[in-house]
Amino acid sequence: MMLLSIVALPLLGALITPLVSRRSTAILPALIAGAIGITVVSVLLSQAPDVLGGAILIGHYPWLPGIGLSPAFRLDALGLFFALIIAGMGLLITLYAHFYFAGKHGAVRFHSLMLAFMGAMLGIVTSENLLFMLVFWEMTSLVSFVLIGFHQDERPARRGARMTLVITGGGGLALMAGVLLIGNSVGSFQLSDILAPETALTSDPLYPWMLGLVLIGAMTKSAQFPFHLWLPNAMTAPTPVSAYLHSATMVKAGIFLLARLHPALGDTDAWLYSISTAGMATLLTGAFIAMFKHDTKELLAYSTVSHLGLITLLVGLSTRMAMVAALFHLLNHALFKAPLFMMAGAVQKATGTRDMRRINGLWRTLPALTVISAVAAASMAGLPLLGGYLSKKMFFIESMNASVMPPLQWLTPALAAIAGLFSAAYSFRIFHNVFFNGKPQDLPVWPPKNPGVGIQVPAAVLALAVVLVSWHAESVVHGLIGPVASAAAGSALPDYDMHQLHHIGTAFFMSLAAMLGGLLVYMAREPLFRLYDQLPPADAREIFEWLMTRAGGTAERLVHALENGSVQRYIALIILSAIVLAGPVLLSGIQWHGGETMTPVDPLTGLGLVLLMASAVGVVLGHHQRLFALLLLGSAGLFVTLTFARFSAPDLALTQLSVEVMAVIIMMLALSFLPQTTPLESSRLRKGRDLGVATLGGLGVGLVSFAIMTRPHSTIADFFLSQSKPGGGGSNVVNVILVDFRGFDTLGEITVLGIAAVAVFALTRNLQLKDRIPQERDQYWASNPHPLILRTMARPILPIALMVSAYIFLRGHNMPGGGFIAGLITAVALSLQYMAGSLAWAHERMLTPFRPLIGLGLLLACGTGLGSLVFGEAFLSSWFGHYKLPLLGHLELATALLFDLGVFTTVVGATLLILANLGKLMTVHGPGKEIG
Amino acid sequence: MEALYAIAVGVLTACGIYLVLRGRTFPVIMGLTLLSHGVNLFLFASGRLALAAPAVIGESADPTDPLPQALVLTAIVISFAMTAFVVVLALRAAVELRNDHVDGVDPEEDWRP
Repeated sequence: MMLLSIVALPLLGALITPLVSRRSTAILPALIAGAIGITVVSVLLSQAPDVLGGAILIGHYPWLPGIGLSPAFRLDALGLFFALIIAGMGLLITLYAHFYFAGKHGAVRFHSLMLAFMGAMLGIVTSENLLFMLVFWEMTSLVSFVLIGFHQDERPARRGARMTLVITGGGGLALMAGVLLIGNSVGSFQLSDILAPETALTSDPLYPWMLGLVLIGAMTKSAQFPFHLWLPNAMTAPTPVSAYLHSATMVKAGIFLLARLHPALGDTDAWLYSISTAGMATLLTGAFIAMFKHDTKELLAYSTVSHLGLITLLVGLSTRMAMVAALFHLLNHALFKAPLFMMAGAVQKATGTRDMRRINGLWRTLPALTVISAVAAASMAGLPLLGGYLSKKMFFIESMNASVMPPLQWLTPALAAIAGLFSAAYSFRIFHNVFFNGKPQDLPVWPPKNPGVGIQVPAAVLALAVVLVSWHAESVVHGLIGPVASAAAGSALPDYDMHQLHHIGTAFFMSLAAMLGGLLVYMAREPLFRLYDQLPPADAREIFEWLMTRAGGTAERLVHALENGSVQRYIALIILSAIVLAGPVLLSGIQWHGGETMTPVDPLTGLGLVLLMASAVGVVLGHHQRLFALLLLGSAGLFVTLTFARFSAPDLALTQLSVEVMAVIIMMLALSFLPQTTPLESSRLRKGRDLGVATLGGLGVGLVSFAIMTRPHSTIADFFLSQSKPGGGGSNVVNVILVDFRGFDTLGEITVLGIAAVAVFALTRNLQLKDRIPQERDQYWASNPHPLILRTMARPILPIALMVSAYIFLRGHNMPGGGFIAGLITAVALSLQYMAGSLAWAHERMLTPFRPLIGLGLLLACGTGLGSLVFGEAFLSSWFGHYKLPLLGHLELATALLFDLGVFTTVVGATLLILANLGKLMTVHGPGKEIG
Repeated sequence: MEALYAIAVGVLTACGIYLVLRGRTFPVIMGLTLLSHGVNLFLFASGRLALAAPAVIGESADPTDPLPQALVLTAIVISFAMTAFVVVLALRAAVELRNDHVDGVDPEEDWRP
């Protein structure tokens, strides 16, 4: 429960905040967020002694264990370290944001999103199940999308948000593929199994794929070159977002992932070279570009990119102590970068701009902030004895320990020193430019106003933390970083030798050179800026937008090429894919004849089947003469009916017969409004192609059918056969299946029927077909619309037909029959009245409109189902009993009969609704009068 | 018998496929009907062909498999509903588009039935 609350509390808070503080712009949302932050931090701290001592807390919450999907949380030293940064930093940011938004309207939305983000980040670092980690991972991408686009009405904000989503979302997809590969290989998605020493992922043949895909996920999230683009563009977000997501937390998720999976995937050459190359490229690019940015937040963004590169490089180096250096630098970076972002936000509030060419000499206005920033910037520059200096020196030492590319092993330390030089230069720049360097120049807000004490407090806390960590570096490294690094490495590491940091050796001189070089570069900045401006402009954002437009265009063309409006093409493609998928299996040498002896052909059945085929072929050959083809189609239906009857399916035969009658009537009605002939327009090639597809399809289906029929029959029917009488109370098993065993299916079935009928009703409404029927055709179709004999015969037939229908309905449970069939018979009998009389004549005599009939039937069926709930049984359980009644004799009553009555009513209503509305089109009233 | 039955299923399917690949609405509707006949017979046959053995308790000693029958029964009713719907859709399309093409071409053709 404790582990669950770490993730659940912020997520819950995210939901609650907008509810409780809908109209207030007051302090409430910040209070909620703050309270949750404090709670989470204290829960984490209460576990810290155990966890740092090496304990791994795991909480399982079974959900879908069958497919390995159970939320499980895990708190070990590594997770605790990140969780503390996330929750602690979140707490400070909440405070900062409260003053930043200062009761403005967006505050509620911001705090809610912030809590959602915090919950998702905590989820990433405490997930035991990798699949759940993926969910949280995607959640951070989505929430950061919304947060970057916080000012939705600004175009750069939207573009920046979209770029972030595309890059981190794409990385998320890659990561998902990687995780699936890993889970597939290990056979479990639980970290305990994946990180277990006996797991040998690195020798898996798919290892390069796993590593590559996971790496893409990590690199996109942690803004590694060449995916770093989104981070500077994400600076359109409000500053609290930049300080939290883009310096302290989200961008560290990729590094967390690498550290987390290091025991399973690390310690190979592929790991070393791919990660350290990416890290080094990022470190250099970021540091170089940062120096030349005039916008405070953009400078900080590129500097973040560069520091992330440094940490990634360390994780990649995999030397014995590199993990310690990486994690220590990660801590330092979070501590010094966030106050600098907070400073940028406060300065923007004070001056109205972030342009360092205009902001100068603010030390008079903001003395406290000057001190805070001095500490943070000094740590970032790596000035001696501050945290940044120590971790950077660790980095220099590790870069020399690592023997990357043996003949060129000097390359890594050399590049590291160059990056350090630029890093020092931009650190000097952001501090000196903002607070000193002469006087401010035409600021939008003049004179600069003091943004207040509150907004500076969180930054001050962090600056104090920088000093404390630097002061107690040894205990921090031994007490906190050591256990965390051991957890990341998967085995206990020895204590880091802190004395080498105070040793005056190569690393010391590297630091010194970087510092002095940085100072020189900063002093020479004016000519350097001019030089930089002369470089060819390569706006990555434009390239990205161009790529996006191109991708969109290509997708559109592809869709147009595939989806040209031709139904034939779609159907042909579907059938062809079925043939391509199934064909090879059929041709793979399996025995078509399954070995069962075939029943002998008796002449009558054989003749029926031959006539069936002849009718079907006749439909195809004669389909240009539509009426003729339709008659043959009806004959095919009749032979299908006979086939069912012959092979022991009386229910099917009855159903097919009545359906066939109705279907032919409907098509006949439609045909009177459509062309009577189909023009001969298919080309020879087209016909050949279609014939080929049809032959292959028919051959395939026929072969499969043959293969099935000649194989031994194994079925679950025995259950139905044995339970029909004792369980369902009926001896017609087909009907008992329909109304009892599989009653739920039938309920769905009649619902579909009802919907189709109502759709027909809606489509025929206002359908103007009158002008489609020319006079001379009227003659042909309706010279004698209601023949006398038919009219006379139809009336006495009706009561007889209804009686038959009632009989079929009642006996359905025990003998062939039932609601479907009885409903269709009734519908046929009634539609005969429509044909024999006129539509208006028949309709006047209808007792009820049809649409309510459909509803009634569905209600009856549902009600019967729900009724069983009243008796504590499952939905649609049936009940039956036997009674002896006077006159009627023995009678069996079953609730299934009620259900079947619902089926009956729906079928009658739906069928007549369809038929009457189609017939209506023929009448002089046209669509004017509504029927049904 | 099984072989002949399978051939019939194949022929029905092939005829159905050929017709649904035509470019006008009415043949397509007829094709759908033939196709559903083929599919229904195919499903039905998965319960094997039995003579004089309806799945009614007490009618025969060895009743045939009732399950495919129940499936096919609902399939018949549903395909009827679908046929009706497609028919009306074709009518509606014929009126709105003033032609009965389903092949994506849009000829300037105003037909008279």
